[in-house]
Amino acid sequence: MSGYASGIVAILCINLIFAYAVFITAAAGQLNLGAAGFQAVGAYAAASFSNLGWTPGWATIPAAMAVSGLTGFLLAFPVLRTKGVYMVLATFAFGEVVSGILLQTSLFGGAMGMVVPDYLPLSSLVAGAVFATLLVFFLMATRFGLALRAIHDDDLVATVMGVNVRAMQVAVFTIGGALAGLSGALYAHHFSFVEAQYFNSTLSIFVLLFVLIGGTQTAWGPLAGSLFFTLVPETLRIGGSWRFVIFGAAIVLMMVVRPEGMITRTLVARFRRRPAAVKPVAITVGEPHVR
Amino acid sequence: MTNATAIGAPMKSITTKALVVVVIAAVFALAIALGGRVIAQQIVSGLMLGAIYLTVAVAFTLTIGVLNFLNFTIPSLFMLTGMIAWGLREKGLLGFAGGWAWLVALIAGVVVATAASLVVERFTFRYLKTRHGDATEHAIPLVSSLGFLLIFEHLVILTLGSESQRFSVPFKADIHLFGLVIGAPQLVSLGCALLVVAALTFVLKHTRMGRALRTIAENPEIASLLGVEVTRVVPVLFLLTGLLCGLAAALFTVNYGDVSPFMGDHVGSKAIAAMVLGGIGSIWGAILGGLVVGLTETLSIHFFGGDSVEMIIWGLLLIVIIVRPRGLFGAVAVGKGKL
Repeated sequence: MSGYASGIVAILCINLIFAYAVFITAAAGQLNLGAAGFQAVGAYAAASFSNLGWTPGWATIPAAMAVSGLTGFLLAFPVLRTKGVYMVLATFAFGEVVSGILLQTSLFGGAMGMVVPDYLPLSSLVAGAVFATLLVFFLMATRFGLALRAIHDDDLVATVMGVNVRAMQVAVFTIGGALAGLSGALYAHHFSFVEAQYFNSTLSIFVLLFVLIGGTQTAWGPLAGSLFFTLVPETLRIGGSWRFVIFGAAIVLMMVVRPEGMITRTLVARFRRRPAAVKPVAITVGEPHVR
Repeated sequence: MTNATAIGAPMKSITTKALVVVVIAAVFALAIALGGRVIAQQIVSGLMLGAIYLTVAVAFTLTIGVLNFLNFTIPSLFMLTGMIAWGLREKGLLGFAGGWAWLVALIAGVVVATAASLVVERFTFRYLKTRHGDATEHAIPLVSSLGFLLIFEHLVILTLGSESQRFSVPFKADIHLFGLVIGAPQLVSLGCALLVVAALTFVLKHTRMGRALRTIAENPEIASLLGVEVTRVVPVLFLLTGLLCGLAAALFTVNYGDVSPFMGDHVGSKAIAAMVLGGIGSIWGAILGGLVVGLTETLSIHFFGGDSVEMIIWGLLLIVIIVRPRGLFGAVAVGKGKL
């Protein structure tokens, strides 16, 4: 594989894991506009552990996931007191605070960034991406995933149906934090360098766009979103700013034509050639309903 | 949703709010007493910067209060005004205006920003009125506005370049008062901003259009049942957004003399902070928040250096959101509904 192609695959893998981190909270109706903050926590944790000389090199990755997952867990409690636009803004503020702290702390190299000694090859990035994808697909197929869908559609009804909404939301924040940390740690090890300026609000906005344009209803959404937005600009080979203009126009049109995202539940159901999950059944009053 | 209680309505429990204002004023008075002239000068610059922030914050708070829509095009409208004004002068299209070219350029910038805002209205609201009934639907106009942010910013970069440019005005009048240097344009801008916002509050409170806007804030469906033409009132909101951003950008350009395609990002994020601090949906909250953020910025630069600003302001904001999510002046229900 040429250097160019492997570079794209690396970015695609990191974007995909990152998109799943944002997706898992969005699947429960929580928009995270500070995802870059979690990614930064993971990247800097991995970089610090690596600089401390941990062996083997990959041991920093679960540790970084634990740190960023814990950050997500701890942040969930105050942030979940807010809803809707406030929630979006609270996570946005979190992202800004993290990058501010990293820029200020000389232990983390400040604006100079940090060099990461241990290099991880492309294959480990691919493994990470496959792991994240399978994990989220698995989660969305369990009762847990069903509960997330219920909260996504209507949290009040979900509560009435016996879903512990708060516990679920804390759980998705923790999982989302850990996955974002995974993407950050892999980024740090593959590119051998981290700097706080990379994990800015633009990155958070872009990853949220990947997820929302891909679709938040099924686990296929982030996959479609990150594939589309990583590969299409590369294949079009349009230079500089025009790329962003076209990207912006695509987003605007997408929201007009298909605001639920590219991949929806009905689309997935159609491809599976199975009846949709909920099918209206005629029930006649007075006699038992027989299948 | 009871957003309307916040939009333009008289402040309830005046005493607690007065207390908040008095406490904040006292803190700064103490700072002046301890720090003398240097601090007083910082506070004057902070208030001037705050005037810019509060104007943009009012634009944010209006769209959130009425439509529950976090309008991310606001920074790009701000930037459009400055860059269009600079571009028109640079390309020599304003030779006819002579010494007043700077003013004509700025007015043209405001017009373009307002027109752009109306285009945004088409695609974020007019064509998107269907509700899809899930929890992330409030993100749909938000995502759309992020799309417009990209379009505007990069169209400007393509046509006018990505460098920071100088926008000079033919006058420089500083007023010296009690040994403080106060820029005349800055003073005018503070007055202008407060005047516009006061006029806006009056319009929201006492006119037919204002009542229509407040009704939509309460409930768009019931508003249209009651005979409010939502499709005619909502554009007015976007018109106001464009005008407020344009005004803020014009004042910013005259004060600081710099324009760049990224000038809106910094001001926009500070205005968001100001809005949340004051309480989403509250105009007076946005005003107070804007001034507090402006003051915090200049004072934290003075005491802790330039790099600390973002962290201090966003940290302050994170604490406010967590401790008191409705901000200093906000109504309880705002931003919590689904719309």
